[in-house]
Amino acid sequence: MTTASTGTMAPPGAPPAIPSPWTLPDKGKVGMLLLIVAESSFFAIFVIAYLFYVGKSLNGPFPADVLELPILGSICLLSSSVTIMLAIRALRAGNRSGFNLWWLATILLGLEFLIGTGMEWYGLIVRHGLWIDTNLFGTTFYSLVGFHAFHVTVGLLMLTVVLIFGLTRSLAPEHAERTEILSWYWHFVDTVWVVVFTVVYVVGR
Amino acid sequence: MTVLEEGIVRPHAAPERASAWGVAHDWVTTVDHKKLGVMYVASALMFFLIAGFEATLIRIQLAVPNNDFLPPDTFNRLFTMHGTTMVFLVGMPMFFGFANYLTPLMIGARDLAFPRMNAFGFWLFLFGGILLYFSFLGGDGLYGAGTAPDVGWFAYAPLTGKAFSRGNSTDYWILGILVSGLGSTGTALNLATTIFTMRCPGMTWSKLPLFVWLMLVDCLLTLVILTPLTAAQVMLLLDRYLGAHFFDTQAGGSAVLWQHFFWFFGHPEVYVLIMPAFAIMNEIVPVFSRKPLFGYPFMVGATVLIGFISLSVWAHHMFVVGLSPAANTFFALSTMAIAVPTGIKIFNWLGTMWGGKIRFAVPMLWCTGFLFSFVIAGLTGVMLAVVPWDWQLSDSYFVVAHFHFVLIGGLLFTLFAAIYYWFPKVSGKMMDERLGKLHFWVFAAGFYLTFVPMHFPGLLGMPRRIYTYEAGRGWDELNLISSLGVAVQLIGLSFFLWNLVRSLLRGEPAGDDPWDAWTLEWSTTSPPPEYNFEQIPVVHSRRPLWDLKHPEDPDWRYE
Repeated sequence: MTTASTGTMAPPGAPPAIPSPWTLPDKGKVGMLLLIVAESSFFAIFVIAYLFYVGKSLNGPFPADVLELPILGSICLLSSSVTIMLAIRALRAGNRSGFNLWWLATILLGLEFLIGTGMEWYGLIVRHGLWIDTNLFGTTFYSLVGFHAFHVTVGLLMLTVVLIFGLTRSLAPEHAERTEILSWYWHFVDTVWVVVFTVVYVVGR
Repeated sequence: MTVLEEGIVRPHAAPERASAWGVAHDWVTTVDHKKLGVMYVASALMFFLIAGFEATLIRIQLAVPNNDFLPPDTFNRLFTMHGTTMVFLVGMPMFFGFANYLTPLMIGARDLAFPRMNAFGFWLFLFGGILLYFSFLGGDGLYGAGTAPDVGWFAYAPLTGKAFSRGNSTDYWILGILVSGLGSTGTALNLATTIFTMRCPGMTWSKLPLFVWLMLVDCLLTLVILTPLTAAQVMLLLDRYLGAHFFDTQAGGSAVLWQHFFWFFGHPEVYVLIMPAFAIMNEIVPVFSRKPLFGYPFMVGATVLIGFISLSVWAHHMFVVGLSPAANTFFALSTMAIAVPTGIKIFNWLGTMWGGKIRFAVPMLWCTGFLFSFVIAGLTGVMLAVVPWDWQLSDSYFVVAHFHFVLIGGLLFTLFAAIYYWFPKVSGKMMDERLGKLHFWVFAAGFYLTFVPMHFPGLLGMPRRIYTYEAGRGWDELNLISSLGVAVQLIGLSFFLWNLVRSLLRGEPAGDDPWDAWTLEWSTTSPPPEYNFEQIPVVHSRRPLWDLKHPEDPDWRYE
């Protein structure tokens, strides 16, 4: 670099090339991922509260006496993650009726899960007299399972809106990306259920 | 050859005249990030004046011993509302206001990723704040009259239980913060998405302005910590309205669990509040030192480290609770560890100023003031991280002095810097330098007069949140000086308000780039048109405007 000592600089020339086309991640996907991060943090607090209070109820009913494994509901909810994937694959391939069929199956499976939760709660409240103010078990159980069920409900509402679009033939393969973003939310709700199942029905019992 | 259009074209906005109704309609229905940013900062300033008024009443009450200026229950309400307001209705909206206005301009975008959600977030925040303040009128208190919350800004259980907090005042605290918190979560998500997905061509992670880097880390931190507060507040509502037992000690619930949940939010929240201060320093110090920022990669690294470590320090608020020695040791060490990346930042700013041609314009004065007061704040912070020291001084005025040094000497100083620095961009007019300097010197003097003496009553055993004290404990003169300092601060503040109004009405025209700065927001008009840039800019370095002004010696040759 001898030119530097004389005080004159070489002309800079052209700046380094910028990758073209300039592509960044999709807004919807990043937004949904961040929503999932925030929601995970929300659920984590309820899970921690549940674990913290396991076995600390002063009076019954206790989990071991009244809780039964919700096997059918869990199978339904987890398999709905598969059917929603198949639905999106069908949409991508331009198979509209295949999409509608798998999407409807997803909704029905989610609905079956909710019905299972409803029946479980009915049994707990009516037969076992367990409510949110009964003891710490009731407090933590209904809030954690309830918030999960609330998320399933919100998911079902959104899935139903998409089904209406599908049935009115307004969905095309280019909408596959958007339905996939919605499916991420659904997968998240499923994943939370895996945690809830482990914490409430396995560890907490 | 690249097909991208080079250079930055300056847009021409035609000024329009509209009726008052039209203007109001325009602002209420807007989804423009700049208007929302201005509304965030304006609402924050309004809440700041209210909280300042509350603080003034508190200091009048504490000026002399055995004072009966305020009844004790009013005193409780005032410190609760002052703290809650400053954290949730001043600090947070200031963060979102500046982030909203500047992020798209700095990354060369036309708006945020989800503009309507942005507007929704702002209105949630504003109405959450109004809901909190409505408690003064509508909060059904113990005597049926309106009352504001009186449980302190961290609302410890079991004080918030139905038995101890009758009426609705605590519910106003829960719901007001919950509503504005949902807005903040949405806006943080929105801003982070914008930074991930809408940077202009050439703006790689290593060319991102540090302001935006800090805002990204800050938004991610907000996302992770604010929903836990929402969750804990929901639990508290369930306790109060459905008879749940989360924090009900009589049914086996735990009051300490609330403290863990609250401070898991509450301490990272302090970093959420102070990161905008760091972000503002990163922009202003280089421009007024006429040098690029010293140690860009270390600044980014330190920021990310602070983000992570801040998630593991919360229980230093709980040393006096009686945690295990192992927990105390862990949280003491993590608290000391977080001082390291913070120290790196201080040295980087000093390194930037070192050898620079420093211009002490008003924004730079505030930033220099920040360096002094923030170092003091940091030092008392490290002192409080020492467990036995904290056992002695927890819940004393030493702690109050410490966090006011952080939030006034740290955050508020840089917020003033930011207002003086970006006011010309937002309004197209300069703020008055002479009034600005008066504001700085008088306010800084008042600040030191109030908060330096406040450390000592704490050391002498004065607990926080007492509404009065008896004479002759050695606290009298110190408290009187603190209260007199508030009067000085108020005088300083009035220079600021006068400056703001006067400059808005007849400030000198600013032009596009009054500070000869280097980031993209200065390349467009002042104020910028609704679409920000006529052409999406292309950048090649961290200082795109330097490259444009000095084509013979562009930055990208060195980066």
